[in-house]
Amino acid sequence: MSLRRRVFLTVLVFGLMAVAACVFAPMVGSAPISLRRVFDRSVPFVDNTDAQIFFVSRLPRTLAAALVGAALAASGVVFQALLRNPLATPFTLGVSAGAALGAMLAITFPISLAFAGIPTVPIASFAGALGAVGVVYFLSTVRRHGLSTNVLLLAGITLNAFFSSLILFVQYLADFSQTMRTVRWLMGDLDVGSYAPIVAALPFTLLAFAVFAWLPRSLNLLTLGADAASARGVDVLRTQRLAFFSASLATGAAVSLAGPVGFIGIIVPHLVRLLVGADHRLVLPASTLFGAAFLVVCDVAARTLIAPMVLPVGILTAMIGGPFFLWLLVRRG
Amino acid sequence: MLRAADVSFAYGPGQAGLHGVSIDVPRGGLVGILGPNGSGKTTLLRVLGGMLPAASGRVTIDGRDLARMPRRELARQIAVVPQETRLSFEYSALEVVLMGRYPHLGAFELESPEDVAIAREALAATGTLALEDRLFPTLSGGEKQRVIIASALAQSAGLMLLDEPTAALDPGYQIEIAALLRRVNADRGVTMAVATHDLNLAAGLCRHLVLLREGRVLAAGPTGEVLTRESVRALYDVEADVHFHEGVGHLMVVPLHRTRGAG
Repeated sequence: MSLRRRVFLTVLVFGLMAVAACVFAPMVGSAPISLRRVFDRSVPFVDNTDAQIFFVSRLPRTLAAALVGAALAASGVVFQALLRNPLATPFTLGVSAGAALGAMLAITFPISLAFAGIPTVPIASFAGALGAVGVVYFLSTVRRHGLSTNVLLLAGITLNAFFSSLILFVQYLADFSQTMRTVRWLMGDLDVGSYAPIVAALPFTLLAFAVFAWLPRSLNLLTLGADAASARGVDVLRTQRLAFFSASLATGAAVSLAGPVGFIGIIVPHLVRLLVGADHRLVLPASTLFGAAFLVVCDVAARTLIAPMVLPVGILTAMIGGPFFLWLLVRRG
Repeated sequence: MLRAADVSFAYGPGQAGLHGVSIDVPRGGLVGILGPNGSGKTTLLRVLGGMLPAASGRVTIDGRDLARMPRRELARQIAVVPQETRLSFEYSALEVVLMGRYPHLGAFELESPEDVAIAREALAATGTLALEDRLFPTLSGGEKQRVIIASALAQSAGLMLLDEPTAALDPGYQIEIAALLRRVNADRGVTMAVATHDLNLAAGLCRHLVLLREGRVLAAGPTGEVLTRESVRALYDVEADVHFHEGVGHLMVVPLHRTRGAG
């Protein structure tokens, strides 16, 4: 089968999966709703409970899940290729730790960055993510010309640890209710409340996806190592920069929207590779679509498992992801 | 074809670099770059391949300055084979060889049937066509090296630079790779420069030698003239017996003892 056909089939199958998940998810939940009543224009919206549940409670969650799942799965693929390490995640380089610190500061101290209907916490966490990205990039380029992926990895891990200590420090200063909100944020939750944060995260995510579209073939070549890729005509530094900044942007936007929802960025790419092979022209689009479907389905499970209570989706993905990660390690050994 | 004129490069103070190196690789030639560990062979090869910019001096291919050529165009002229290749993901042998077609394709272009045909022909030329669907990490060292040489062949470049292509291999594979390189040079007219510390590989494979020590050229010329007891002593601080071996049909170097330094 030609590659063109494989790319087409892959996008078709995983695309249908994502669409099916997004259509099915808002119908399911602790309260049963009827689609006919949801779209019944003869009943005013204020009196139409089915429409309210659909449009106010479930659809924003579903869309947020699709966006966050797609962004984290795709950046997982890009980070793994960039760092030449299949066990890398979107959070390896400290983007999420920076976002967490930003969110903590916004929760603990009375500052208001609210803007155009977007609350303070997502804005602060996005700023924190960008700050972390800047620091890691600066550290990885300061020692020599070009981008050292080894230094990048070490800087990211160190920054993760350092930000964690700052987070603990801020926590120590916080009162009980602030600590409660902080812990909730760290669990990763899709309770976005309205469409405004989704609309705000969308342009950053789409910009990152547009850059991703340029990358797959160059990412394939990076697998051989920087020198070998360069010898085959890849502009390695440009590819690394584009990969680093676009994946960090997508991760930052996703974490600002939903908190650090773990393991999506590693489970999804690995499952996809088992199905389609290693070629990034297949892995990247398939992971993006499968990531969306996966988190949407996880969110349905989070809403229904202990209904009427809603489990933060990050707890669920971590409970699936931990054992999966271990299985990967054992399988590789 | 490839010419370096008075090329210098320095990594940093106290580290070995290159000091005014000039070499000439003639079209169709098979040139060995010989020297001890740390003599600057790999650095020279990276400068010759345009992967490292020279601090001073010029490298030209057919008279054109490497520093002024776009990366992709350079890759259509020069292919590089490293000592060892480790993949971070599991590609098949055919996929690895197809990566050699990168400089011939546009940003969003997929490999055409012609590209696949070129890649499979390169696999056939290196005797690895039967391995095309095998995952690269599952191949043996010698198989990997042959697939990487096939990937370099698929680049359709007239010049191939090889860095210690047999250093990680056992004697059986060493003979096999040397024979493959001779065949590629003779049958396809691919010009080659091989960096190695292996005197006997160079003696059997290369028609010209460049001796490199501490980033400087000690001697250069036809293998028979350059490879002598005196040059081996100057290059490696080793007293050696250099004689023509009837069985293999080329010069052989048997190291006897170190002339200074380590006891």
